[in-house]
Amino acid sequence: MMSPHVILRVVSKVLIPLIIVYGFYVHFHGEYSPGGGFQAGVVLASAIILYALIFGLDEARKVFPPYWARVGMALGGFIYASVGFVSLMMGGKFLEYAVLHPDVSHGTGQHIGIIAVEIGVLTTVTCVMIAIFYAFAGRTPEISDEDW
Amino acid sequence: MTVGQFLPAALAAHAPVLLVAIPLILSAPAAALKSGRTAWGLAMAGSVAAFLFAIELFLATRGDAPGISYALGNWEPPVGIEFRVDGLNAALLLLLTASAVLALLFALPSVEDEIDKDKRSLFYSAFLVVFAGLAGVATTGDAFNLFVFLEISSIPTYALIAMGAGQDRRALTSSFNYLVMGTIGATFFVIGVGFLYMATGTLNMADLAARLSELHGNRVVEIGFAFILVGLGLKAALFPLHLWLPGAYAYAPSFVTTFLAATATKVAFYGIIRFSFDVFSVENGFVLNSFTYVITPLAIAGMIIASAQALFQSDVRRLLAYSSVAQVGYMMLGLGIGTQAGVAAGVLHLINHAMMKGALFMALGAFAISYGVRRIENFKGLGQALPVTSAAFTLGALSLIGVPFTVGFVSKFYLIQAALQKGWAFAVVAILISSVLAVFYCYRVLVNLWVAPRPDGASRSVQRVPYMILGPLLVLALMNLVFGVYAEPIVNMAETAAAAAFNAGVAP
Amino acid sequence: MVEVLAERFNYAVIIILMMVGLYAVIATGNLVKRLVGLSIFQTSVFLLYISMSKVFGGAPPIFDYKEMAYDKLDPNAIYSNPLPHVLILTAIVVGVATLSVGLALVVRIREAYGSIEDDTLAEADYSLELEKGV
Repeated sequence: MMSPHVILRVVSKVLIPLIIVYGFYVHFHGEYSPGGGFQAGVVLASAIILYALIFGLDEARKVFPPYWARVGMALGGFIYASVGFVSLMMGGKFLEYAVLHPDVSHGTGQHIGIIAVEIGVLTTVTCVMIAIFYAFAGRTPEISDEDW
Repeated sequence: MTVGQFLPAALAAHAPVLLVAIPLILSAPAAALKSGRTAWGLAMAGSVAAFLFAIELFLATRGDAPGISYALGNWEPPVGIEFRVDGLNAALLLLLTASAVLALLFALPSVEDEIDKDKRSLFYSAFLVVFAGLAGVATTGDAFNLFVFLEISSIPTYALIAMGAGQDRRALTSSFNYLVMGTIGATFFVIGVGFLYMATGTLNMADLAARLSELHGNRVVEIGFAFILVGLGLKAALFPLHLWLPGAYAYAPSFVTTFLAATATKVAFYGIIRFSFDVFSVENGFVLNSFTYVITPLAIAGMIIASAQALFQSDVRRLLAYSSVAQVGYMMLGLGIGTQAGVAAGVLHLINHAMMKGALFMALGAFAISYGVRRIENFKGLGQALPVTSAAFTLGALSLIGVPFTVGFVSKFYLIQAALQKGWAFAVVAILISSVLAVFYCYRVLVNLWVAPRPDGASRSVQRVPYMILGPLLVLALMNLVFGVYAEPIVNMAETAAAAAFNAGVAP
Repeated sequence: MVEVLAERFNYAVIIILMMVGLYAVIATGNLVKRLVGLSIFQTSVFLLYISMSKVFGGAPPIFDYKEMAYDKLDPNAIYSNPLPHVLILTAIVVGVATLSVGLALVVRIREAYGSIEDDTLAEADYSLELEKGV
């Protein structure tokens, strides 16, 4: 049977890669301008959510299994905290970004530190948004669609 | 700064932050795991590590040693966030981490009994976050950071309490009530910190203390103090603000109740001491007046009314929860007295209460796991069936009453002494009345436990309590006895803590 | 009176919002409305911090990169205080987390009891208690 949503499917196949690229743009530009891990995470998650809305939840779960979301949530926090531990091991104090790179005058260590932390934030936010979507979309509605 | 008491110096230098960060980072892999047992192992590893760091910090701040200051990210305080450990919070950290280790031993069998298989690893992950949050509250030297850690610990606590829904759906509504009241409390605290920031332009506690000493009688500062007191009072279950506590303790999983009873309100109580006596000081007339005319009457009312309410409970956990509210009253009375001896008595009771309530709730967990009983009338004859557990419960109850040679007696003795020094005979009367009420509500449970015969219909088969429960339970129960006879270590600990609160001095 | 209020317009708004939120938490029996009240209450505190950070005539606290590099920053320039904004960013995250946990609890309560009205919940619990026998 031909799916009734041909236009949506075609458009979304063009849009989803763009959304993902835009998400990364927002993320990496966050160091110099408004943006960063929080916003980019939501944009990235919206790509998966759009996919789920159009192709159905089961298809989306094949693309991005719920267990990944759980691991990703944990991984993001782990990345953030491990930046602190790495700086400890490099002889600084906890979360002291300056020791991450010997070039202090340009603040390269600070850049590295904040980018690593933002990657952690990005991972967590993306996975949390997807997990929330899965959790709510996966619940059986009390009123079936025919009864509306 | 003395470092490296027994840990290698490289680790000891970072002890304040590692104590918080190790449980926090371990919570991430614990959440990603599928196996509950491995997650438990991680939780245990995090707690033991934190315990070692707490011992290190405690040894380093003993006696007249100055406090330890740790600048996060090497941003120097007062601009950067500072972790600060002195005699007061070192004692609290020791209590917190020791409770976590003991409670976790108990957790393995108890959680397997009460929590769904696929939720266990998330459960331990949430526990680690709670633990890290509480440790953070106890270590941080920054007023706003304290709020953040308070909420980091509170939000997973709501989830943990709601996990009791598998046993009793009232866990959900209790958790919701706790969420609403806890959030109001935290928000009040933030308002108070905002007022302090308006008046002083700093958030660092040591810096705040220095600047506030020049601002006696400033209305903004006084309002800020009032907001902070109410906000932390809500979290600490100070008498009229305690309504969330009985439900939350009664319906949460046994392990959560045990851990929270020993730690959560204690940490908020520490916050009150820190703000009232260190950041502010009792030389400030407003602070002293609010303690004398607001906190003391409320503490006394709590001691008597909550004990009376405990008399009428049929669920043993609810009974003990009301008794917890009454015990918070004792601690608050210690603060209300407002002298160094009073605060020492309050801290002493804080430590002791963690020991007795830890033992009592753990024993209840053992009864629940072996016989599935929670109501008083179902306790009939259990004394013969489970003699060791019942004996531990009895020790805890005796300590709660304040029988000589138990820790409960020691702290009540010091509390009465402090009250008499101030000339407050009425406080002594209140302590005695509350103790008599405690005799009655403990009697109700104990008489069912030991004297009443086992009903004929009940199963006679003796179910063994796992050693993983008996071990920590006996340790806690015997601590009630040992420190009751040989009270010097904990009394010294409390006195150092009170001295640290009064003469806050941190090496720059 | 009017001048006093006009001068402290922001505080008047904050206090009104605070009381509206707190009243909603206390007065309503609907759990979702209670969370709405809680959010309003928290938001009023955010406003308190944000309005306190305003410095009259202050520029946004962003240094020009080129001026900073050539050491040409004007030492007398007035900036608004950025710290409360950062604090409130944290507080907003905390608030969102609390709200989402609260809403998740409401969903679970709805499933367990079939209602989100406080008095219905209390009644259901009471009759459950009666069944077990007091």
